[in-house]
Amino acid sequence: MQSIGDALQLALHLVLSGDADLVEIVLLSVQVSITASVVALTIGLPIGALVAVARFRGRSAVLVVMNALMGLPPVVVGLLVYLHLSRSGPLGFLGLLYTPTAMIIAQTILITPIVAALSRQLIEDLHAEYAPLFRSLCLTRLQTMRALLWDARYSLITVGLAGFGRAVAEVGAVIIVGGNIDHLTRVMTTAIALETSKGELALALALGMILLVLALLVNGAVQAVRLGAQRQAYV
Amino acid sequence: MKTKLTAMAMAVLISGGAWAQEQIIVQSTTSTANSGLYDYLLPIFQGKTGIQVNVVAVGTGQAIKNAQNCDGDVLLVHAKASEQKFVDAGYGTQRTDLMYNDFVIVGPQSDPAGVSGMTDAQAALAKIAGSGALFASRGDDSGTHKKELALWKTSGVNPAEGSGAWYRETGSGMGATLNAGIGMGAYVMTDRATWIKFANKQDYTVQVQGDEDMFNQYGVIPVNPEKCPSVKVEPAKTFADWLVSEEGQQAIAAYQVSGQQLFFPNAPKN
Repeated sequence: MQSIGDALQLALHLVLSGDADLVEIVLLSVQVSITASVVALTIGLPIGALVAVARFRGRSAVLVVMNALMGLPPVVVGLLVYLHLSRSGPLGFLGLLYTPTAMIIAQTILITPIVAALSRQLIEDLHAEYAPLFRSLCLTRLQTMRALLWDARYSLITVGLAGFGRAVAEVGAVIIVGGNIDHLTRVMTTAIALETSKGELALALALGMILLVLALLVNGAVQAVRLGAQRQAYV
Repeated sequence: MKTKLTAMAMAVLISGGAWAQEQIIVQSTTSTANSGLYDYLLPIFQGKTGIQVNVVAVGTGQAIKNAQNCDGDVLLVHAKASEQKFVDAGYGTQRTDLMYNDFVIVGPQSDPAGVSGMTDAQAALAKIAGSGALFASRGDDSGTHKKELALWKTSGVNPAEGSGAWYRETGSGMGATLNAGIGMGAYVMTDRATWIKFANKQDYTVQVQGDEDMFNQYGVIPVNPEKCPSVKVEPAKTFADWLVSEEGQQAIAAYQVSGQQLFFPNAPKN
């Protein structure tokens, strides 16, 4: 198992030498996955909040579907997005296939259900606590949703991070819709797949370690912001 | 101001952040990418013409399908019969021989089937099948897979009967199949270029080579704008023409890995 040692050395060397290709790939990974996470939060949180507070026929079926969609296979999402964005597909005229935008779309589809399902659970639990209070204040449903989303904001950060984690680690969808094109759509995971297929296992593993550190940094940064904000709130 | 910014952001998003340069997409087989040939050729071409070539490297079968969906401007693969079909169906303007190399069968040092040194591919395959040794196949409708199936057909063995037992279809690219084959001690048929550049050889060596039937011809085809109006006709033609020009052919011949030439240009001379 010398390759793990090799990989560590390689990873350090790549990071310390500021390899231009690596920087480009890392930045694109972060850019694509953070954008996808923000879009997914924008779509998923209102859905999660709505389903949490609303009572309607067929609600339990909706819950089952929402939870099941968390397990969407990336390759299937990639294929669906490919079929739509392909020049011969319905959205082909946009010319989006093999661009970072296509990768953002695929990742957004992949993680929006995660955001919606997890936030639904969180907000529903919180709602159970506050329901009598809200009733006494005669809040509308929209006001209730807003109040709950605001109150749960720190927990919801973790939901966003779960989405980001899935997005940044995913390879099956982005390799189909992005095409793993050098200097255009190559991200960390597709680069890892490529190096593995070249038999450059140490390099692939080194890239994997860098991806892990990247995820740590993003999570650390978000955690710091959250702690700072919480401290402010309770002073 | 705000709408202007939004419009700009949209433009950046839609163009994928790329502005001025002319760009084309090449749907390609994996061996030309994994072997590093594009990394060598494309900067030369771009320096000369300013055209940026974006390579999507997938198996030959998938590359042809993607090109049929109009998701590429040029097709560069290695399965002559399928390529001809692609052109005959009107998807490509013209197919030109570009270069060749050959396929080889690699195996572990221990050589459980005793095929080392053989030059008859069909006999070697039959021997591997008869010995009970493992064989890892691409199983992905790629150019290499098609060639392998053609060799089996004339060898008199039907490998499908051993599928899952001694005949292991990985359904993956060349590199992934080599990794898997080497991991389980199986024989693998690979194009020589990928093998020479492959970094995870362990104790594997080339054991069967030199059969004329293992000849591996690559072809280049610009995608037909009549089927695919989105095709960038001029830069696509420029690229295809340059590859088969004397300069392009010399560049292909000049590409070496560890002192070995990987691809042998053989475009027809005008």
